[in-house]
Amino acid sequence: MIKKYADTVVKNRFLLIALSLLFLLVTVTGAKNLHFNNDYRIFFSQDDPRLQAFENLQNTYTKNDNVLLVLAPEDGKVFDRNTLKAIEDVTERAWQTPYSIRVDSISNFQHTQSLGDDLSVANLYENAASLSDAELEKIKNIALSEPLLLHRLISPDAHVSAINITLEFPKTEEDDDGVSHQADPTKQTEKVVASVRKLRNYINNTYPHIKVYLSGIVMMNNAFGEATIYDMSHLLPLALLLILATVYLLLRNVSGVVTTMLVIFFSVMSAFGLAGWLGIELSSPVMSAPVIIMTLAVADCVHILSTWITEMRTGKDKMTAMRESLRINFTPVFLTSLTTAIGFLSLNFSDAPPFRDLGNVAAMGVTAAFLYSIFLLPALAVVLPVRVQQKQTRTLTIMSNFSEWVIAHQKILLISIGAVAIALISLIPHNQLNDVFVKYFDERIQFRTDTDFIVDNLTGIYFVDYSLDTRQSGNISEPENLRQIEMFSRWLAQQPEVIHVNTITDTFKRLNKNMHGDDPAWYKLPETRELAAQYLLLYEMSLPYGLDLNNQIDIDKKSTRLSVTLHTLSTQEVLSFEKRANDWMEKNIPELKSIGASPTIMFAHIGMKNIISMLGGTTVALFLISLILFVALKSWRFGLMSLIPNLIPAGMAFGLWAIVNGEIGLALSVVTAMTLGIVVDDTIHFLSKYLRARREKGLNAEDAVRYAFSTVGIALWVTSIALIAGFLVLATSSFKLNAGMGLLTAIVIGLALVTDFLLLPPLLIKLDRWLRK
Amino acid sequence: MIFKQLIKLIILMLALSSAASAYALAENPQQKGLRIAKEADAKDTGFGDFTADMVMTLKNRAGKTSTRFIRIKTLEGHNDGDKSLSLFDEPADVKGTAMLTFSHGLKPDDQWLYLPALKRVKRINSRNKSGPFMGSEFAFEDLGSQEVEKYHYKYLREEPCGKGWKCHVIERTPAYKYSGYSKQHVWLDSKEYRPVKVVFYDRKGSKLKTLTSSGFKQYLGRYWRPATMNMVNHQTGKSTILQWKNYKFRTGLSNRDFNKNALKRQ
Repeated sequence: MIKKYADTVVKNRFLLIALSLLFLLVTVTGAKNLHFNNDYRIFFSQDDPRLQAFENLQNTYTKNDNVLLVLAPEDGKVFDRNTLKAIEDVTERAWQTPYSIRVDSISNFQHTQSLGDDLSVANLYENAASLSDAELEKIKNIALSEPLLLHRLISPDAHVSAINITLEFPKTEEDDDGVSHQADPTKQTEKVVASVRKLRNYINNTYPHIKVYLSGIVMMNNAFGEATIYDMSHLLPLALLLILATVYLLLRNVSGVVTTMLVIFFSVMSAFGLAGWLGIELSSPVMSAPVIIMTLAVADCVHILSTWITEMRTGKDKMTAMRESLRINFTPVFLTSLTTAIGFLSLNFSDAPPFRDLGNVAAMGVTAAFLYSIFLLPALAVVLPVRVQQKQTRTLTIMSNFSEWVIAHQKILLISIGAVAIALISLIPHNQLNDVFVKYFDERIQFRTDTDFIVDNLTGIYFVDYSLDTRQSGNISEPENLRQIEMFSRWLAQQPEVIHVNTITDTFKRLNKNMHGDDPAWYKLPETRELAAQYLLLYEMSLPYGLDLNNQIDIDKKSTRLSVTLHTLSTQEVLSFEKRANDWMEKNIPELKSIGASPTIMFAHIGMKNIISMLGGTTVALFLISLILFVALKSWRFGLMSLIPNLIPAGMAFGLWAIVNGEIGLALSVVTAMTLGIVVDDTIHFLSKYLRARREKGLNAEDAVRYAFSTVGIALWVTSIALIAGFLVLATSSFKLNAGMGLLTAIVIGLALVTDFLLLPPLLIKLDRWLRK
Repeated sequence: MIFKQLIKLIILMLALSSAASAYALAENPQQKGLRIAKEADAKDTGFGDFTADMVMTLKNRAGKTSTRFIRIKTLEGHNDGDKSLSLFDEPADVKGTAMLTFSHGLKPDDQWLYLPALKRVKRINSRNKSGPFMGSEFAFEDLGSQEVEKYHYKYLREEPCGKGWKCHVIERTPAYKYSGYSKQHVWLDSKEYRPVKVVFYDRKGSKLKTLTSSGFKQYLGRYWRPATMNMVNHQTGKSTILQWKNYKFRTGLSNRDFNKNALKRQ
């Protein structure tokens, strides 16, 4: 059957080229449906309870989507006429940001004070240029002693100050004709970013003594897109160059390189076209697929082309040589593609939708690569002109020397590799879960450096929100509730992780003081519910547009949002803080107890959740792949034994990871399942050649190892190098999730090669008697 | 043949457009807008005073609602804006709280609030007309009396606006400082000048809110008042409904009912 296929391919080469192009066309047109989604929320599935808690909170209060604009004057003095003027000016201009619903800064902070029998509610300052020195000093004192501002909009040293723009992105938008349609969140983000960058340029030009830093949720979302664009323009060309160089060095044949290039291009194009047809959204993890597909597609091409060229070197014409190559390679190429696809498909077990998408796109890419390399590649190769030098390469002798060395040292190899494997695997528990989403981007992305500056100088980008619910309308003003909220706020403020606590009780205390002629002795909570409710009414009647209290209190005045700003913490620290806060609430304010909700909390849990769900995925993939091996190798004993070289590489890699990095998270939790399908390829190639020698040629175990080394040794060596190179390119991604995944995968593949070359042969010889039963 | 017809057509169009521009010379959109605003104002002048009960229902994105009960007394101002007194009945913890507002044209309004828990009248010294009224989607500037001089006007078009009514659509731009809006589009029915709909645009020119008024009833055979006012915020998805009941006109209120002492008496 395979022979018939090989003949047909060579005979109908032009038809196959045409059909392949048609397939490309049909699939790739789906690309018109593709669009990039940069919302960080896509990392969470819709039924994630912590995402739901956060969404509920956002529906009750003003949303958290924001841009934080931090101004750092060169002289380190915020309370200087020029800088205050800039803040006032920029605050006013910030209202022009698309989708903005609120702008907070020290200039429009609604300062309350008592003037006789009046309550004055006004901007902290206006017309900065005309302020006297005494007024400057007074404004500075007010700002620095205001809990709502300190560590949030003004640094304690008064050397940097922030302007926070709150945004509300509508789900539907009207075009100029008043027709409403589904809004594109990525376009909305881009519009906001373009606008705030324009504002930054304006500041740079108008106030050259001020440096501007941009952060916030919207800037982070935007960074996902920018990191991807950076990667596409830097990583893809590099990967392509490396792959083509590898192929050329192996084949020494230009038309081979050209056909390979077409196959890998077409595979990527078809995969993403199909993704478009299926409605898959592009995201940063999915955008690692092109490099992955290119890298994997090249392996198929190398196997088929290298046999073809070897056959031609023995004097066969290109048609006969191709028929022979297809006959030999069809089954292993099919099997390896199948197992690789299964490995990627097991990513569907992931809790994070972008990784499911990555798995599906890569699986489609691998399948497309298989189809192109068994139909298009041979057809193209025999059509294009080819010249082969009739000379034996030196590599074969190197390989046979190497197999002699392995056979000679089999005992010591078995023991030492086994010992190293056990030692490394025992190190796995030393890895720590860590998903610090600010650090998902490396320093090449400006969001990261700007955010680092802000975290170092002003405030945190990590936060947890608690919605404290008193369950009855207006109950927030009840003195006992206020007392408990204040107690919790105080306790929070004392925690080492906490930078700032935004609590409504500070506002109540300030109003109470204002109502008593600004007497500091009255800076305490109001004593009756009526008093508190009436203060609140008075205050909210006095606030200007956009600065209402709905960011802290719900419309029914029964619940309040407590916002806690944290230092950038590791996952362990976030989890321990969360638990401590829960325990404290349980013990001290059980009626108001609520769960903390925020991206910080969501990302802290996603790593562990994903690891647990991926354990299931890995098990299923392992089961299916082993089943395929049992069938392909026609022996359950060989199938069982192959588990050792298939599983050990990932185990060793995670052990090694504990030494070189030690942090695992969202991205790395998918590596085992993903690499399983790839590392098994080497085993399949090696074992199928070994078994052919053992069964068809009647060689003994040692000679069969020699045969396997001489037939597939070089191909394995080359494909592994190509794979490692490809994934190492991914390891240079500016997006840390992709980079970590690339590096660990490269390590796994490298260790798989070591295992297949150094551990598998001694195992085969050692277990020969049991295997032959 | 065809050429001649074309010439005719061009001449016709020129004639039409010059007629249109002659009409425009007679009254430009700004003048027409101002004229209608003045006519609408004149139609509502002379009511003297009125009292009414108001139920305010707030609704957030999640669909949760919250209700407030307020009694309103208004005294028509001559030469200056109206005076009004709002008495809060519910929620219970603000019962007895009363707010007195003297609205002015372009100057900031004067506002006092009586807090029964503190037994004191406090003047709210704030220029913030743009802020929300009791946490609702209505800003003070939406509820205050709409003096003609508060806006610049521009007539846009006439169009049908439901119930077989025809409406003037007028753009008005706040002439006072500290407004939360860049402009408003107002639909006034061409017969009785009832404000059927107002669309508010925020300071960056984006559509912010739509106010739809319905259930108009005529009082004293002259003054139209709506029974329901529905304000929807397009940006936040929140909304507020005002339901008006017990309108009473010319109840004999005087300036004495609108001062600081009157606040405490309520």
